[in-house]
Amino acid sequence: MNSLSQFLTLSDANVRYVVIGCVLLGISSGLMGVYTLLRKRALIGDAIAHAVLPGICIAFMLSGVRNTWVLFAGAVVTGSLAVYLVDLVTRRSRLKPDAAIALVLSVFFGAGILLLTIIQSSGNAAQSGLDKFLFGKAAAMLPEDLWLFGVVLLLVVVVLFFGYKEFKLLAFDKGYAQSQGIPVKALEMALSSLTVLTVATGIQAVGVVLMSSLLIAPAAASRYWTNRLSGMLLLSAIMASIGAYIGAFISYTKPGMPTGPWIVVVLSCITLASMILAPNQGVLARYLQRRKHRNKILQENILKAFFHLGEKRDNQALAYEMEVLRQQRDMPVAHLKSGLRSLVRQGALLDSNDGYQLTRSGLEAATRVVRLHRLWELYLSRHLNIAPDHVHEDAEGIEHLITPELERELELLLDSPGTDPHDSQIPYTQKDRNR
Amino acid sequence: MDAFWIILTGSLVALNGALLGSFLLLRRMSLVGDAISHAVLPGIVIAYLFTASLTSPFLLIGAALTGLATTWIIETLNQKARLQHDAAIGLTFTLLFAIGVILVATFAGQIDLDMDCVLYGEIAYVPLDTITLASGIDMGPKQVWTLGSVFVGLIILLLTGYRGLSLTTFDAGYAAALGFNTSFWHYALMGAVSLSTVAAFESVGAILVVAFLVGPAATAFLLTRSLKWMLLIASAVGIASAVSGYYLAFWLNGSISGAMALMTGAIFTLAFVWQMVAKRQ
Repeated sequence: MNSLSQFLTLSDANVRYVVIGCVLLGISSGLMGVYTLLRKRALIGDAIAHAVLPGICIAFMLSGVRNTWVLFAGAVVTGSLAVYLVDLVTRRSRLKPDAAIALVLSVFFGAGILLLTIIQSSGNAAQSGLDKFLFGKAAAMLPEDLWLFGVVLLLVVVVLFFGYKEFKLLAFDKGYAQSQGIPVKALEMALSSLTVLTVATGIQAVGVVLMSSLLIAPAAASRYWTNRLSGMLLLSAIMASIGAYIGAFISYTKPGMPTGPWIVVVLSCITLASMILAPNQGVLARYLQRRKHRNKILQENILKAFFHLGEKRDNQALAYEMEVLRQQRDMPVAHLKSGLRSLVRQGALLDSNDGYQLTRSGLEAATRVVRLHRLWELYLSRHLNIAPDHVHEDAEGIEHLITPELERELELLLDSPGTDPHDSQIPYTQKDRNR
Repeated sequence: MDAFWIILTGSLVALNGALLGSFLLLRRMSLVGDAISHAVLPGIVIAYLFTASLTSPFLLIGAALTGLATTWIIETLNQKARLQHDAAIGLTFTLLFAIGVILVATFAGQIDLDMDCVLYGEIAYVPLDTITLASGIDMGPKQVWTLGSVFVGLIILLLTGYRGLSLTTFDAGYAAALGFNTSFWHYALMGAVSLSTVAAFESVGAILVVAFLVGPAATAFLLTRSLKWMLLIASAVGIASAVSGYYLAFWLNGSISGAMALMTGAIFTLAFVWQMVAKRQ
């Protein structure tokens, strides 16, 4: 446990640099990732990350030293060039953005590899460690690296804060932003530049290939939890820093474990968990919602079958066996069984020796669905001039969705009608009439 | 003779990339090709742990399956979890690549897999690893045979499945109406992409695979509107990049893969400028 406490308290200087560095990078990329994601440019980060390599090599060849700031400047130049070229190729040819990104990415990276090997074969002693950019060198972070990360993060936060409203418009509705006289071009430039800065610093932690994960994963995860931009930014930054922290810890516990990949794995797990568990937009929530809706439709259809049977016999108090219900409305036995069970549980049906029977509340619910069905049929044939023999299918679907408010509107519009287009009674219970 | 083998290897990778890349480009899936070329890493590592050889057919199969799994994961994230397509690609390949790197680090003692090699390969070593028959006849480099068989398989796929591939590419709805199984052709294409990526992995690395998947196809796409011509022009551009890239690397004394990738960009730039000038007139 010694290592754990050492890690948590950041008492080891080496650990301190790595953790602080990774968290700073995580926050910048978490923030910028939200904008690249919302602007459907999630993979531009991938292009920038690869394009940074030739810039670093050229900066090194020109200066001859491995100075963080010099290499960073080179990285920013070619990174920006890559963004510009992706944009140019997309605008000036039939190629789609994805092809343009893939093209720029591979060509720039190829150029970078070529330059890197030329530097290596020239035998310059200072070049050692230059290739660490490929896979990141989180474990070898220096104080001057942290200063750079801090400056970039500060820049990102300041620009995003003061341009919050404008960037928001740009991210969600570019056309509207343009019509409002907002300098869209300049803002896009600002966002691209910030993304380049973030990526150019980020590859030092996770390397070229994995950089896009730092931009995409936290932003994508936050998208599942909220629809608000401010919430997304906050969540994305928090999740990115947590991911960076845990990833750095895992790689710290075992010697030889790379930091970048672990950060990516942790971030991806956070994203996958959000994807599944988030309320409203998560896979699980949407599945439950769908199932609830399906059950509601099933139960309402069963209630309708009871109502129709009772209507034919002019007595809604009779009990029916399952077979009779199935003859009235054909549905799989398993579905019918489970629907009947839930209706009994809810108190809408009574399970007696003669079969199933509507209770008072069940009758009210059944009456309501049939009423909505017939009201809608009448509405379609009267106001939309649809032939009476064509309205049934549509009403079958809509009857489960009409709210009480909408029902009132329909009644007003149709002037409290007595019968539907097929001359069936539009049914009301005593309770409905008292309303 | 070494130059010949290296250029031949590069050209075979280029041909495989140009043919498959054309279909990927038209299906707007160029980045899926990029994703596959990175995401097969864990498949390679796991298969390598079992077979202890980088040229075993099991390795090819294992990695090709990983490639197919990659496309499946991307589709699932996109459709079931409603993650936008580009984010689904980015999330999938980075996660798989990260797992691959971690596996390499974990089994560092048992795997002789150089991570730099994974990214940019060592095409210069291709001529060293040759097949020699029992009778002592030198059959040429192993890589050439692997890539060559993938190429032959690809040609057979194209000759027999051209109609299915092209119809499902241009108008999936119409193809389905004619009775073509669109998801079969989708996965057939993705399987082919995975297989040729893995086959090229050791010699040229992921980056040249991507360059050859995108560059020649994109160049040809600017120059013609016919699929047959696109396939032909892309192949020619691919071979031209491989040849010129080799001599560029020779002249600069640098990475051959990197130079070949750079040349696909240079040829694309020519085509790009040409089509801009042509449009203006």
